[in-house]
Amino acid sequence: MTTATLHDVRLVGASTNRNYINDEYGALSWLLTKDHKRIAILYLISVSIMFVLGGFFAMMMRIELLTPDGDLLTSDTYNKFFTMHGVVMIFFFLIPAIPAVLGNFILPIQLGAKDLAFPKINLLSWYLYMAAAVVGLVVIITGGVDTGWTFYTPFSTQYSNTHVFGTTLAGFIAGFSSILTGLNFIVTIHRMRAPGLTWYRLPLFVWAMYATSVVMLLATPVLAITLTMLMIERAVGVGFFDPALGGDPVLYQHMFWFYSHPAVYIMILPAMGVASDVVAAFTRKKIFGYRFVAFSSLAIAFLGFLVWAHHLFVAGISVYSAMIFSFLSFFVAVPSAIKVFNWTATLYRASVSWQTPMLYILGFIGLFTIGGVTGLFLASIGLDIHVTDTYFVVAHFHYVMVGGTVMAYMAGLHYWWPKITGRMYPEWWARLAALLVFVGFNLTFFPQFILGYVGMPRRYHAYAPEFQVLNVLSTAGASVLAVGYILPIIYLVWSIWFGRKAGPNPWGAVGLEWTTSSPPPKENFHETPVVTWDAYDYPAMMKAMGETQNV
Amino acid sequence: MADQQHLEHAPHSHVTPLYVYFTVFFALAIGTLLTWYASTIDLQEWNTPVALIIATIKAVLVILFFMHVKYSTRLTWVVVVASFLWLGVLFVLTFADYLTRGWLMK
Amino acid sequence: MSDLALGNEHHHHHPFLQHHFEDLGQQHEASTLGMWMFLCTEILFFGGILCAYWIYRVMYPEAWAVAAELQNKLYGGLNTIVLIISSLTMALAVRAAQVGSRMWQLGMLFATLIFGSVFLAVKGIEYSMHWHEGLFPGSHFTWHEHPAVAQKVQLFMCFYWGLTGLHALHMIIGAGLLLWIIGRAWRNDFGPEYYAPVEIMGLYWHFVDIVWIFLFPFLYLIHGVHHG
Repeated sequence: MTTATLHDVRLVGASTNRNYINDEYGALSWLLTKDHKRIAILYLISVSIMFVLGGFFAMMMRIELLTPDGDLLTSDTYNKFFTMHGVVMIFFFLIPAIPAVLGNFILPIQLGAKDLAFPKINLLSWYLYMAAAVVGLVVIITGGVDTGWTFYTPFSTQYSNTHVFGTTLAGFIAGFSSILTGLNFIVTIHRMRAPGLTWYRLPLFVWAMYATSVVMLLATPVLAITLTMLMIERAVGVGFFDPALGGDPVLYQHMFWFYSHPAVYIMILPAMGVASDVVAAFTRKKIFGYRFVAFSSLAIAFLGFLVWAHHLFVAGISVYSAMIFSFLSFFVAVPSAIKVFNWTATLYRASVSWQTPMLYILGFIGLFTIGGVTGLFLASIGLDIHVTDTYFVVAHFHYVMVGGTVMAYMAGLHYWWPKITGRMYPEWWARLAALLVFVGFNLTFFPQFILGYVGMPRRYHAYAPEFQVLNVLSTAGASVLAVGYILPIIYLVWSIWFGRKAGPNPWGAVGLEWTTSSPPPKENFHETPVVTWDAYDYPAMMKAMGETQNV
Repeated sequence: MADQQHLEHAPHSHVTPLYVYFTVFFALAIGTLLTWYASTIDLQEWNTPVALIIATIKAVLVILFFMHVKYSTRLTWVVVVASFLWLGVLFVLTFADYLTRGWLMK
Repeated sequence: MSDLALGNEHHHHHPFLQHHFEDLGQQHEASTLGMWMFLCTEILFFGGILCAYWIYRVMYPEAWAVAAELQNKLYGGLNTIVLIISSLTMALAVRAAQVGSRMWQLGMLFATLIFGSVFLAVKGIEYSMHWHEGLFPGSHFTWHEHPAVAQKVQLFMCFYWGLTGLHALHMIIGAGLLLWIIGRAWRNDFGPEYYAPVEIMGLYWHFVDIVWIFLFPFLYLIHGVHHG
């Protein structure tokens, strides 16, 4: 039995053109599949549609904000739009995107496994996502919801006359989709690694997905019970957070943010995993401080659970607990900073290939740093009192979620596109889109830092006239950003039929996924690989190929 | 790594002796009666801790013996402990707010 | 959809071995680990509402003690014992599968189902009593003793109905799963080589038992606070 070696790219299925795409035909073979790769494609289509829907709400908001008066949308409608923008983008795009699309596809292959531990549960996970999406869409079509994606009580439970129950039900169902994905990943990583693949030989993408899955598993149930309690209160008329009964609305906020703060780490950890793999591939170096980066993912997962009440600084919690949470919030920045330092150190004196994935990741590193550092401003209680609930907060979280997660998602999508589809995307169009995204993003959101600092509140459809210039800049940026997002939709779809065919390892990267064909066969590998090399062992690979090493 | 070990054709199966199950059952039944009795007498501030301790012991017995954690892998044990620890974080930090709301700053 | 083009040796293919696992041992470990992961989420799920319960209990100790006195401790205590017995029979059912005794498997699984149903029946009786006493929160809440704490008693009752309702829902789902396992045991699917489904059924059932082990003292046995 021959084993797949690092350099033996000839091992891949040259003898057959059968892969997971042409293995079986017909809609049912996709809708009832248990193949993690097909499920990833199902998710890719669904999250892309939801991204466009969320983007539509954003565009409407930005168009409204071109003028200081509330002249395009009524305040009620505007409330619904920012709520639905948040709900759709967070629950239906950011949380699932990298894990359910890239994680589902790539993780088992990077582990040398034939599939995830529970393929049927993986499919169930997608159906739960779709069920949640259908409920959400029905809510949107029948009038929407206006509470903000945070559903604060008592407005959501007692006073709002919009579809609170339906929306929280959709969030509840989507949460289970998330839990099942995380559960699947953890068991797979523990129990299904290929022979020789020790923990310290794993790609950092796997470490990141592991940490993400731990957060998904432990945080999401608390959201589930919080939304359940909210739904009960909504249905029965009185409930757990009802001041008339002695209930405390701040308790809702505690419980809600116990999930929703770790949720942001669910969004960013996979992005960081993609960053590590891409930096390694496009500098052809081992990641500097591999173990530090690996353990920093676990540290972020753990510490991320200890900081939630920094969202409650002005809600009426005790000053003493606020100080504790403030201190812990500063602390959680440390492991993220460690990652940024290590990526930077890897880039130092590296010979960088400027392909699209790398362009997106370079943007990611810079924009994530800005977003993260502005988070520290918010963690500081004295500053937070002034900028909370202003556009400063909006800018902060868009820097980390869009400048961070979305850019890393684009990077990962382009990096693994040849593996997923067997085709290359058109490089120059992709670089143009990346540039438009970077420029558009900064033009959209940097002015919002200033707007927040000078006092423009968030979630308002009208504002003081002196804020108009910055708002116009922001909307202009959003238009550029929109073009930057539309372009990949077009050229990626185009490339599926007309893109240049890709070989097993178009980037010359190190990793088990690059030792199998593009697209992979249904069972991922024709023979179970046995791993004898380190993660990102570019020096060994290049030595074997007779190249000189990067310093 | 260590957690890759698994027997070739049959899962690792420790068959718990019957007397263990019945002993645990009786302990659980007695614990139930005990907690009932303790709630009828006045132990002042100790009523609540006593009830919690008895319930925790009962739960631990179920986890160790009925759920076989005593004979399971270390990973299983870590998973169980971690869940309760995370729950502990929720309790401790939320209570930190409520218990200190009445404190005045000098 | 079984795979043929594999280089791995498969000299003994157990009918319930899924193709992406190397052998039954790996599959068994994955199944039990997966169920424990799910139980983790359940611990946090129930734990969340229990945290809320405890916050209010510390805030309103008197109301909580008054409300607990409204519960029927006999039914609650009886139900606790019933559930503990069902846990014993469930554990014995798993053991029976491990040693390959179809008769004992079926006997113990049925016993578990019966005791679980007794629990639900008693719960139903309690709910009916509470309803007629006007203790269901909302527009049907007509209980008016102890006016000073009546609203907070209603808050307690939100937790009572919420907690026991969620628990009962888990029991009903458990009963459904038990029927499925009984069906498979009837077909003699399980033996020393392959009994993971029974084991993970047991894990779920024991977890639901543990929740009740805490709910009983929390909701029924709060010792009253005495005022001078």
